[in-house]
Amino acid sequence: MRNKKELAALTISIAALAAASMPALADEKYPNGQVKVFNWGEYIDEDLIEQFEEEYGIEVIYDTFDTNEAMYPKVEADPSMYDVVCPSDYMIEKMIQNELVQEIDWDQIPNREYIGDIYLESCEQFDPENKYCVPYTFGTVGILYNTTMVEEDTEIDSWNVLWDETYENDIIMQDSVRDAFMISLKRLGYSCNSVDEKELEEAMQELKIQSKLNKAYAIDEVRDKMINEAAAIGVIYSGEYMYCKEENEDLSYAIPKEGTNIWYDGWVITSKSENVENAHKWLNFLCEPESALANFEYIYYATPNIGAQEMIDEELLEDPGVFPDEEVIRNCEVYSYLGEEAEDQYYELWKQVK
Amino acid sequence: MNKSAFHKKLLAGPYLVWMIGFTVIPLLLIAWYGFTARDGSFTLENVTAIRTPEHLKALGLSLALSLTCTGVCLLLAYPLAMILKGSGLGKKGFIVFIFILPMWMNFLLRTYAWLNLLDDGGILFQICKRLGLPTVSLVGTNTAIVLGMVYNYLPFMVLPLYNVLVKIDENVINAARDLGANSFQVFYKVILPLSFPGIVSGITMVFVPSLTTFAISDLLGARKILLIGNIIEQEFSTANNWHLGSGLSLVLMVFILISMAALSHYDKNGEGTSF
Repeated sequence: MRNKKELAALTISIAALAAASMPALADEKYPNGQVKVFNWGEYIDEDLIEQFEEEYGIEVIYDTFDTNEAMYPKVEADPSMYDVVCPSDYMIEKMIQNELVQEIDWDQIPNREYIGDIYLESCEQFDPENKYCVPYTFGTVGILYNTTMVEEDTEIDSWNVLWDETYENDIIMQDSVRDAFMISLKRLGYSCNSVDEKELEEAMQELKIQSKLNKAYAIDEVRDKMINEAAAIGVIYSGEYMYCKEENEDLSYAIPKEGTNIWYDGWVITSKSENVENAHKWLNFLCEPESALANFEYIYYATPNIGAQEMIDEELLEDPGVFPDEEVIRNCEVYSYLGEEAEDQYYELWKQVK
Repeated sequence: MNKSAFHKKLLAGPYLVWMIGFTVIPLLLIAWYGFTARDGSFTLENVTAIRTPEHLKALGLSLALSLTCTGVCLLLAYPLAMILKGSGLGKKGFIVFIFILPMWMNFLLRTYAWLNLLDDGGILFQICKRLGLPTVSLVGTNTAIVLGMVYNYLPFMVLPLYNVLVKIDENVINAARDLGANSFQVFYKVILPLSFPGIVSGITMVFVPSLTTFAISDLLGARKILLIGNIIEQEFSTANNWHLGSGLSLVLMVFILISMAALSHYDKNGEGTSF
């Protein structure tokens, strides 16, 4: 009888103790609170998350999205729901305009020194003065060609090759409005964000001429078709190029001299973030060359982190398809959001192309 | 008496809910989108947009291809339906089975199979190459699209034709023969007129889906060929302009209604309906 009572008392006190120590334990593991991260799916080497949690004692609440358009309404509805988000260039521009992001305190991110100046300069197209965004990955639109299928003495260095009749029925064109018009506009020497009716009309007429040479229009299938050697020339995103090259060694990537589109995905801190300090720590951590390298090896998109670039294979580093040089980047343009009316105009013209 | 009538009506309840929820309301939504601009104000622009050259071109091409497809289907299906009518019961079941079998597979998969057949380096390409014939890649041509349409929609022509043909009384045919008609006359004066409802039904069943298709033209047209279905699909998906897409759909609906009206005019007894 007595024993039983004692046992009960013991149990209760142990339970109480455990209950009391639980939050303490949690605090011990994450004494520095949390950071809420909203990123693209499959867009980070997940070991880094654990590493960050251990090193900084900050719990990472990690959430993913599939498209910028799916991300935006969530952050707009409650900007305190996440501390850091990783949207694309035009979306960052929109978020800045709508005051959903806050200025970054660069003093808290000493690793900024590893981000190449050229990339920060290029990012000013959507983030003037680099106030809001830490660039994370970037890529270009270019020409993928099969070195054994193009004429030997011609150098592929211009969008003009897409208008070259020797390649009739040997070209695969991107079936995307902005990219197609970007090519035509750039070739004519205009901005790829043009909303000028005359320029767009001219670009459309040129695309119409070009369309006669195309074997097919495609988006995701460009990759497979080029690997299978269904065509000599295709328009593709640099992010896909490395995969293509691995599958078919004869494929090469060129950025035309007229310039092309460059895109960035970058980290921003939300305007109502509740863990601003931790958010900066997270950004600083991702800017460490080792983290950037791990991410590059995982996502395979080019990193603007110079520290990481120094550790990457020279062959990759010199490949313009992966890391274009400064001059080329200066010649590239970021897409900006044009508004509904202009987009309708683009589509109206696009329908006349085919 | 009243009660049982009410019970009968009750049985129609689920169907009524289905009809309202998934046919009537969506149609009203399409009409609403079709007659409004982005800011919600009334406009006819989305409907009259069909008059722009690029839309007219797509509509014209769609009409041409779907009419071709319907014609080819009719030419292929009629003899087949006649053979079916003439063949024995067991054999008949087998042929119908063979015919229905591919329809158990997903429609997109079947179209992908055609892509493999017709594409550069595809099966047809390889055969031509082996035989030393000039190689052709049909993908990206109107021919490929018509082939894909005919393949997918042929059963919709065969079944209604078969349905009316088996219903023709043998005695009528025998009577015609007794009265001295030769085979051609029997066919031309007796069988053909009697099978007319089936023909009309088959035409509608093939014409309507081939007029509005976008998946077949996307795959087999290498996205180079824009049919009206592709344009509407694009408006909804990438261009994000539901208003224009709905407006154009309304125009397309007029064509479908015309063919439906033709159907009900010629097939008053619903003899030709296959399913």
